[in-house]
Amino acid sequence: MEFSELIYTGRAQAELLRGGEAPRLRGTLCVTGHHLLLSPGPQSTPDLWLLLLRSVDSVEKRVAGDSGTITLRCKDLRVLQLDIEGVETTLDIARSIEALSSLESVITSFPFFYRPKGLRLGDAWHFHPPERYYKRVARETTAWRLSEVNQDFSLCPSYPRAVIVPRTVDDDALARCARFRQGGRFPVLSYHHAPTGTVLLRSSQPLAGPQKKRCAEDEELLAAVLACVPPGARGFIVDTRSAQAAKQARLTGGGTEAKAAYPGWRRLHRPLERGRPLQESFVRLVKACGDTEQSMDLWLSRLESCHWLAHVKEALTTACLAAQGMEREGACILVHGTEGTDNTLLVTSLAQLILDPLSRTMTGFQELVEREWIQAGHPFQLRCAHSAFSHTRPKHEAPTFLLFLDCVWQLSRQFPLSLEFGEGLLLTLFEHAYASPFGTFLCNSEKERCLCEVRTRTHSLWSALNQAKEQRKLRNPLYVLNPLTIWPSVEPQSLRLWQGMFLRWSRPPESSEVVWEKVWQIVAEGEKTEGAQPTTSA
Amino acid sequence: MEHIRTTKVEQVKLLDRFSTSNKSLTGTLYLTATHLLFIDSHQKETWILHHHIASVEKLALTTSGCPLVIQCKNFRTVHFIVPRERDCHDIYNSLLQLSKQAKYEDLYAFSYNPKQNDSERLQGWHLIDLAEEYKRMGVPNSHWQLSDANREYKICETYPKELYVPWIASKPIIVGSSKFRSKGRFPVLSYYHQDKKAAICRCSQPLSGFSARCLEDEHLLQAISKANPVNRYMYVVDTRPKLNAIANRAAGKGYENEDNYSNIRFQFVGIENIHVMRSSLQKLLEVNGTKGLSVNDFYSGLESSGWLRHIKAVMDAAIFLAKAIVLENASVLVHCSDGWDRTSQVCSLGSLLLDSYYRTIKGFMVLIEKDWISFGHKFSERCGHLDGDPKEASPVFTQFLECVWHLTEQFPQAFEFNEEFLLQIHEHIHSCQFGNFLGNCQKEREELKLKEKTHSLWPFLLDNEKKYLNPLYNSKSQKFTVLEPNTVSFNFKFWRNMYHQFDRTLHPRQSVFNIILNMNEQNKQLEEDIEDLESKIKQRKNKQTDDIIPKELLHSVHPESPPLKTSLCLKEQTLLPVSDALRTIEGSSPADNRYSDYAEEFSKSEPTVVSLEYGVARMTC
Repeated sequence: MEFSELIYTGRAQAELLRGGEAPRLRGTLCVTGHHLLLSPGPQSTPDLWLLLLRSVDSVEKRVAGDSGTITLRCKDLRVLQLDIEGVETTLDIARSIEALSSLESVITSFPFFYRPKGLRLGDAWHFHPPERYYKRVARETTAWRLSEVNQDFSLCPSYPRAVIVPRTVDDDALARCARFRQGGRFPVLSYHHAPTGTVLLRSSQPLAGPQKKRCAEDEELLAAVLACVPPGARGFIVDTRSAQAAKQARLTGGGTEAKAAYPGWRRLHRPLERGRPLQESFVRLVKACGDTEQSMDLWLSRLESCHWLAHVKEALTTACLAAQGMEREGACILVHGTEGTDNTLLVTSLAQLILDPLSRTMTGFQELVEREWIQAGHPFQLRCAHSAFSHTRPKHEAPTFLLFLDCVWQLSRQFPLSLEFGEGLLLTLFEHAYASPFGTFLCNSEKERCLCEVRTRTHSLWSALNQAKEQRKLRNPLYVLNPLTIWPSVEPQSLRLWQGMFLRWSRPPESSEVVWEKVWQIVAEGEKTEGAQPTTSA
Repeated sequence: MEHIRTTKVEQVKLLDRFSTSNKSLTGTLYLTATHLLFIDSHQKETWILHHHIASVEKLALTTSGCPLVIQCKNFRTVHFIVPRERDCHDIYNSLLQLSKQAKYEDLYAFSYNPKQNDSERLQGWHLIDLAEEYKRMGVPNSHWQLSDANREYKICETYPKELYVPWIASKPIIVGSSKFRSKGRFPVLSYYHQDKKAAICRCSQPLSGFSARCLEDEHLLQAISKANPVNRYMYVVDTRPKLNAIANRAAGKGYENEDNYSNIRFQFVGIENIHVMRSSLQKLLEVNGTKGLSVNDFYSGLESSGWLRHIKAVMDAAIFLAKAIVLENASVLVHCSDGWDRTSQVCSLGSLLLDSYYRTIKGFMVLIEKDWISFGHKFSERCGHLDGDPKEASPVFTQFLECVWHLTEQFPQAFEFNEEFLLQIHEHIHSCQFGNFLGNCQKEREELKLKEKTHSLWPFLLDNEKKYLNPLYNSKSQKFTVLEPNTVSFNFKFWRNMYHQFDRTLHPRQSVFNIILNMNEQNKQLEEDIEDLESKIKQRKNKQTDDIIPKELLHSVHPESPPLKTSLCLKEQTLLPVSDALRTIEGSSPADNRYSDYAEEFSKSEPTVVSLEYGVARMTC
């Protein structure tokens, strides 16, 4: 196997420091194709310590005397230190970890080898396809149809095979629309809001170019959308770029919808940061969170200057704007930016959480992530190639999905009873999006996943999460169905730094875990006593 | 009464403080002898106690009327628009008069009548007994004695009568030392740690100037260190920044010279003075009151106000105390300038870290009575109860409460009380509704005859104890005997529920806290019901002869279950504290939030779609 060529030294005596209050571990360190193992000597604990190499974000090595130290910074923001005997061994192992953690090939990655007990290959992959969501839409309205025009991914490589479009628009028209939108991402249904009968759509930018080209089919499609919903409804196009940036995009062949060409539709510009600035914001926040010695003033100024919470606020505000348009104005909303694979999905998925009680359930949320992020073509492999510690210059990395999780966490803080899942699920999704033994977040699109046969050759994260033993970690014990729209406050005083994420490894474990344990206990007691009632009376 | 010219104004608008679209509620404004009351068209009442008013401002006349902005000491800010300027002027003048009383006797506490008879009232005042508290700590004992030196407030006017001093400190030494200390506040016991036999003592700065000495003072300090049989050295903690302390030397005051005192270790901890704290809070409130505040402005404002830095400084000082006692068995003497602000903060917080009793509801009351009220924290001046020098006002006690709140956040299981309890206490240090916080020292309180003329706050809080219980409290855990908080910067957060307690749009829409509290209550109730039923079964079993089959038992008990269930459902509803219902709005409405202002953007193109306001009522349940 090719991995062996990259393993320069497979074995060494080492000591592991995991930070916090975790005890040091001594033992034999092994490098394998996918893992770093530490097997403690026979006298100490029998536990084997295991780290997926893929989750290593950066490797730092130092040598002094006849031993060396490797600092591993992981994608889940953990920092580990390995003290290794032997200078050459240290350097070899560091080199091996560096090489093995940055392999680009998908089909040799660990998910293709991982065969956990209790799970069956192919399980749960059928959980959340667009067809399933279409069934729900079809129950609510007949104005939309499931089109298989993208069956072979030729129209749009980043869309799934089936998409939901207005019934009155045929596949030929869709094909022409696709040619007018960047990456072929023509407007498709993201969410049907049954209470008002309005819809949320997403697409990429129109390819208007400097000549302000138009496309009759694209215009007809948006007109058809307005015809599907209650009469008199208007449409709003939420562009996630500034008006200036949208205009500038024309020079490179992109642009935005011309007012005159789309009667009934109005454009709103809500600039959201993306790409490198967003990644840098993440990096700076994580750096600030790693410094436990800094003064209060420095900490607050770093928290401010990294802008992370400002991004959270902007994302939530824009999602609320879209939700408000649908719920209170009875308007249809089309969201797009440039490619329509990042901030667009951020806005549409958050808007659904705010509006739709079903998406706040455990399965509903998993379905939302699958439908609005994975199947909708968020390029996870590119965006999550590196986390906050990488020394390499970011190319395509951006923590858009993490920003989404942070916004969901903010919602869960403001509506602690309305989400069926807890912080545990959000942290798990973050970890697995960056490095995972499961295939769920592999590749950048459905097309790539089909080519790599991800569905048949890897396990799905969802099937692992839905095992009974995982539930306590992931569920919110206090959940009660809230049928209302949940409008969050977006004032800076209402938004908090997500400590459970960014200070996860540096804060004492007790506070939050102990509290949740206690809450579970109280809830369980309640169930027990209530359950006990009939037995006593019987 | 003579100050009130207009008692009722109709068609007054109450603006939302944070809405940029000038949303408002219309209603009627009433002015009573004690309160300002606004009743909006939904019959929702907003009561503002005159004593809570920190400032009233009349802004320039607008087309819709005359704006009146009222800022309260409990961080409520209201913005009225009164249609007629004359009414506004009358209300403005009345409030100026009513919010600033010249005499203690005009404060609300002297007229507040909660339908209690005299013996009940007196009993309320006896609820907290400090002699009892010192006994609990284990004094007097072979090292510490009760001194009667200050029985008539002769040595120190701002100290209580009962003071605990080292056994070997004679009266001449005490008198001598008090002459060498600012305002006569000589070193006395604040907290005694029974296990470690170490003490927290407090005093004011020495009048040392550049070279003055006082043998009696040196003796007294020596006596304190000798009273600790385990460790002979003691720490002297000056809570001021070193520069301030040095500056004081020029005025004949200053700090202890290590060379003159045997066995002391001197330490500055650098907490700023009351003036810095006052302006820091002012800056914080200015930033937070900004409409359309951006995240960046919020954090840069939080930083430049320095508020959290000050909170951290107080906390660090308290931790220093606790560590000295727990790790080194050393006694500590704490002072600042006069020994009634920073010293109170640090001593009380230090004791709270060391002793889990102070983390109970009753214990916290005792702590406040001991280190704040009895030792002469000048509540009336610091809270501006009377019309006085605004430079004497300072949020020193508020900072103490905030430090405690930070501890409750770090140790969610260590406190018997919850955030609401802290907020209530804060409410009443300014309300002047109860006598506890009136006056500046015990002597003054006796002269005011507060115990005869006013009521004590504590029994009122205890009556509502359920509301203030922390459902996660774990009194048994050994882990929480001594708290060791982590003061790394990111553990300090802006206390939204204090500084925005009335801006409910900024609060979480649902409260985990209430739910858990209710569940806990319900669980207890259910368990009791089970016990009850079980004992009934037993009773029946005993009564019945053996040949009765259990089936019959089932029939006899069964009919009881349905009514039980319904009664439980009812309980669930009534358990929710009424005032908290305000803070738990499920769903809430987008109109409360700032992004709603884009609604205008929506409706610009088609002005016919405006009848949306009705949606608000539907969505706020």
